[in-house]
Amino acid sequence: MNIVVCMKRVPDTEAKLKIDASGTNIEPSGFDYVPNPYDEYAVEEAVSLKEKVGDSEVIVLTIGPKESVTQMRKFLSMRADRGVLLVADTAAMDSWATAKMLADALKTIEHDIIFFGKQAVDNDNASVGVQVAQMLGLPVVSRIVKFEHTDGKAVCEREIEGARVTVEVSLPAVFTAEKGLNEPRYPKLPDIMKAKKKPIEEREADVPESKVTVLKMEYPPARPPGRIVGEGVEAVPELVKLLKNEAKVI
Amino acid sequence: MADILIYCEHHEGAFRKASLETVRKGADIAGELGGAAVAVVIGAGVAGLAAKTGEYGAAKAIAVESDTLKDFTVSGHGQAMAEVAKKIQPAAIFMPATSQGRDLSAALGALLEAGCAGDCTEVSVQDGKLTVKRPVYAGKTYVTVQFNSAPAIVSLRPNVFPTGEPEAGKTAQVENMDVAVTPRETVKEVVATGGGKKELTEADAVVSGGRGMKNPENYKILEELAGLLDAAVGASRAAVDAGWRPHSDQVGQTGKTVSPKLYIACGISGAIQHLAGMRTSKCIVAINKDKEAPIFQLADYGIVGDLFEVVPSLTEELKKVL
Ligand SMILES: Cc1cc2nc3c(=O)[nH]c(=O)nc-3n(C[C@H](O)[C@H](O)[C@H](O)COP(=O)(O)OP(=O)(O)OC[C@H]3O[C@@H](n4cnc5c(N)ncnc54)[C@H](O)[C@@H]3O)c2cc1C
Ligand SMILES: Nc1ncnc2c1ncn2[C@@H]1O[C@H](COP(=O)(O)O)[C@@H](O)[C@H]1O
Repeated sequence: MNIVVCMKRVPDTEAKLKIDASGTNIEPSGFDYVPNPYDEYAVEEAVSLKEKVGDSEVIVLTIGPKESVTQMRKFLSMRADRGVLLVADTAAMDSWATAKMLADALKTIEHDIIFFGKQAVDNDNASVGVQVAQMLGLPVVSRIVKFEHTDGKAVCEREIEGARVTVEVSLPAVFTAEKGLNEPRYPKLPDIMKAKKKPIEEREADVPESKVTVLKMEYPPARPPGRIVGEGVEAVPELVKLLKNEAKVI
Repeated sequence: MADILIYCEHHEGAFRKASLETVRKGADIAGELGGAAVAVVIGAGVAGLAAKTGEYGAAKAIAVESDTLKDFTVSGHGQAMAEVAKKIQPAAIFMPATSQGRDLSAALGALLEAGCAGDCTEVSVQDGKLTVKRPVYAGKTYVTVQFNSAPAIVSLRPNVFPTGEPEAGKTAQVENMDVAVTPRETVKEVVATGGGKKELTEADAVVSGGRGMKNPENYKILEELAGLLDAAVGASRAAVDAGWRPHSDQVGQTGKTVSPKLYIACGISGAIQHLAGMRTSKCIVAINKDKEAPIFQLADYGIVGDLFEVVPSLTEELKKVL
């Protein structure tokens, strides 16, 4: 089986971010980049599926600057087989443009299953997987917390507000991974060594125009300074008074 | 061309609150653009429901009734909405940023080759152009966005926009529309998990517990407090990963985003990834025994103390005033 995992590098979730001189984006350095956390669930599912069914290849597909190979290597050390990197600056790219480029690339990469993360935690679009599926005319199950594969089909569970939904699709199909799907493995030392030699093919990307324009980026409005009402149970009556009379939320 | 289509998600014969918030905002914006708010309700036997969108400002409602569309699927509902959009030619399509709404907006973006802005917290018209603001990087920054294509596809963060008072008796003029769809996904089973519990993303109040709760049984004291406040119960990732609470209860960057009027964090340190999920709450209360805990920097009100004493006492005190 051919299993593709789409991965984006994103700032470490701990990173302190600064807005750049253009006022429409962040300064791209001064912190570490990591593979998007949701994509870790995607690669784990891909690799454990390969380990179950055998005779499969797991391909990591990324659009990003050349430095993205570092994060791609991490997925190769989690036992993905090879990488395809479309070299492009993703900073100003919207979900439609990203999806278009991935869909075009996927026309040249054999795929039975394409795993995405639910959402890239930089632009928080939560769109690309669903969009690629529409562009390729494939079924999609988003936000999956359970994945089962049986001859040519997949049955998935997803959690939405107030319900757990079971969805079946025929392959090829697209899936986007939610936290809870699995526990991503820690790469083992021998796998880290092996990953260094696994192939990553670089391609020049043909970047389409974005469908949205960012006019400005700003920091969130500062919250009014908080206060410690007091210590222990003695502070409780005062808190209740404040909630009722000052904040007026009860 | 200045109309706004509004997708209205519904469950068990009722609209989600977030759908009504979206209708109200959509109606306001349509007014500014000089168009009408047109609600779209999809499913089996939904015409009656569709009329009710009038109470929140929809001039017209389109009911797409079909057994094939009884359950939500991305391709089925995506194709249906895309068909409706091709007929109406709206300036924008609004929907709530629920899991359904976000999937649908993405699908529509691809099917209509249009730009999407998800989870918006502000929507306005500037120089005649639809302009939205949305959090990125888990709320560390916000971007203001305009669209280079039509229709603009916009999802609104639940609990941010007011529904306003319903105008009783005011109905939207309902038009039935048939669309041909062939869903590529099959829904096998839907199991309700709410069980009368408040939905986290919709609740006006949320009481969350973290590693400081020590074990799953102790959440009873939070549930008691939540019951009194008509609140939902949430959790930090530490509590979820310990197996004390289900994944669906997690608040934060890799969990749910909530914007209640009141958020009470109990035994939660306030890691940046947790704050990502609750920082747009209107009033934040923290109960933590460590006065250096970062949560106190964000909280409007804090009590330094043992949650096992403070929470039950808070419940008792609230009983007196509620
Ligand atoms: C990629 C990534 C994504 C993440 N996503 C999320 C996310 O979505 N949501 C999330 O919450 N976290 C997330 N995290 C984890 C986050 O970094 C923290 O580890 C986590 O939020 C800590 O949970 P906590 O506050 O419950 O536990 P701790 O940090 O251990 O804090 C427990 C607190 O309880 C207090 N306490 C203990 N006993 C008592 C008592 N008896 N009375 C009062 N107070 C007491 C302590 O003083 C302490 O402040 C993520 C991390 C990463 C790397
Ligand atoms: N530049 C990219 N390269 C590869 N995959 C991407 C890229 N951007 C987004 N994705 C994939 O799409 C998912 C959803 O991203 P988004 O819609 O941007 O939130 C991510 O979790 C990735 O799996």
